[in-house]
Amino acid sequence: MEPTLRITTARTERDFVAKIEKISGQKLLACYQCGKCSAGCPMASHMDVLPNQIIRLAQLGMKEQLLAARSIWMCVSCLTCNSRCPKDIKIAEVIESLRMTVLRDGERNDYLKIMELSPEARSVLPPIATISAMRKLTS
Amino acid sequence: MKLIYYPGCTLKNQARNFDVSTVSSMEKLDVEVEELDRWNCCGTVHALDSDNVMNRVAPITNMIRVKETQAKTEGMASEFMTSCAMCYNTLKRANIDVKQRADALATINDFLSLETTKYEGDVEVLHLLEYLRDRVGFDKLAEKVTRPLKGLRVACYYGCLLMRPKEVAFDDVENPTIMENLIRALGATPVDFSHKAECCGAFHTVGKPEIIAERTDKIMGSAQEEQADLVVVSCPLCAFNLDFRQDDAKRLNPDFQNMPVLYFTQLMAIAFGCDDAALRFDLHHIDPLPVLAARGLD
Repeated sequence: MEPTLRITTARTERDFVAKIEKISGQKLLACYQCGKCSAGCPMASHMDVLPNQIIRLAQLGMKEQLLAARSIWMCVSCLTCNSRCPKDIKIAEVIESLRMTVLRDGERNDYLKIMELSPEARSVLPPIATISAMRKLTS
Repeated sequence: MKLIYYPGCTLKNQARNFDVSTVSSMEKLDVEVEELDRWNCCGTVHALDSDNVMNRVAPITNMIRVKETQAKTEGMASEFMTSCAMCYNTLKRANIDVKQRADALATINDFLSLETTKYEGDVEVLHLLEYLRDRVGFDKLAEKVTRPLKGLRVACYYGCLLMRPKEVAFDDVENPTIMENLIRALGATPVDFSHKAECCGAFHTVGKPEIIAERTDKIMGSAQEEQADLVVVSCPLCAFNLDFRQDDAKRLNPDFQNMPVLYFTQLMAIAFGCDDAALRFDLHHIDPLPVLAARGLD
């Protein structure tokens, strides 16, 4: 009989997890899911996957779900999560490394389409806004 | 006292009011500020990906300019001051980073091989608030007040960049009080409010202004609950979001009440008796004059 579920020690996305840990400089397994990062996140209401869930998915190497999540573009790097984490995990750095994984893939998958903004919208914005948005959301 | 001053891009554009009020109030404090020669972009947001060396080049080039200015000016320390929270955060973090990573610093110096001065981690970055507290002293600053801001209720908003991460914080990360202490020295009344260290939504103002409307409603609303007359900030991005997105906040919440947003340096300029040219209220969306007039400060 064919098994419906096979439990295996093989980790298919081992490379992905190693890459995220390398770019972010964080040890993902340090997280024990207290949820403090999500509790204080000012962008949580705009996220589909909460910050603590992002860490959990990253531990498990769930690449597709992570790279398709709206959340990785919603994080503004305010660092509230980092400063409150009892395990000193820099959650914002993990999210940045996920953004970078998308932005560095060579296909110009920019989240922000700056040229699609109306000239009026662009004209009122101070340079601090435009430059920081492009640094975070474009390749 | 002499001090190198780094204004940053937005202080030369939409936030001229922050620039002129900084320079004018420093003059009244007898601090001779000299704008950094040939300054360039601070880097605008510290890149959080640890393998990113490229985004440290802009801030480190500024450190080299500071060393050059210091070398040719007698009595100048190897440090510089900025009043912009974004510039402070980006410059300070890049500085800490290259001091800790000799390989990254070597790569940057190699990349900047046409520079005659090499950077060796020997420049210090200061925010104007910490300069005022630690070098001038709030008690000495209070002596320069010719027009106390009596009765003015001020909500001090810190946002994200002044106190996070803790490596760059010059006060308590969760409950900073440095701006309140400055405001008190100017004769005004600081009001505590729940959202003083909450993020304004930052660069989402470019692509998702509806997020900023929601943040502005919450942040300004929490200051209004404490009967603040106005909010003071140290970041031109916070200032833009909290001031210029108030119309969007009003569309989201019809009960939203408009309230002016000022830079802390503008309150210093008023208290030190600087003239109107040092305030540039014409650059504000919500006019600060009515609330100031109500306290006899117009």
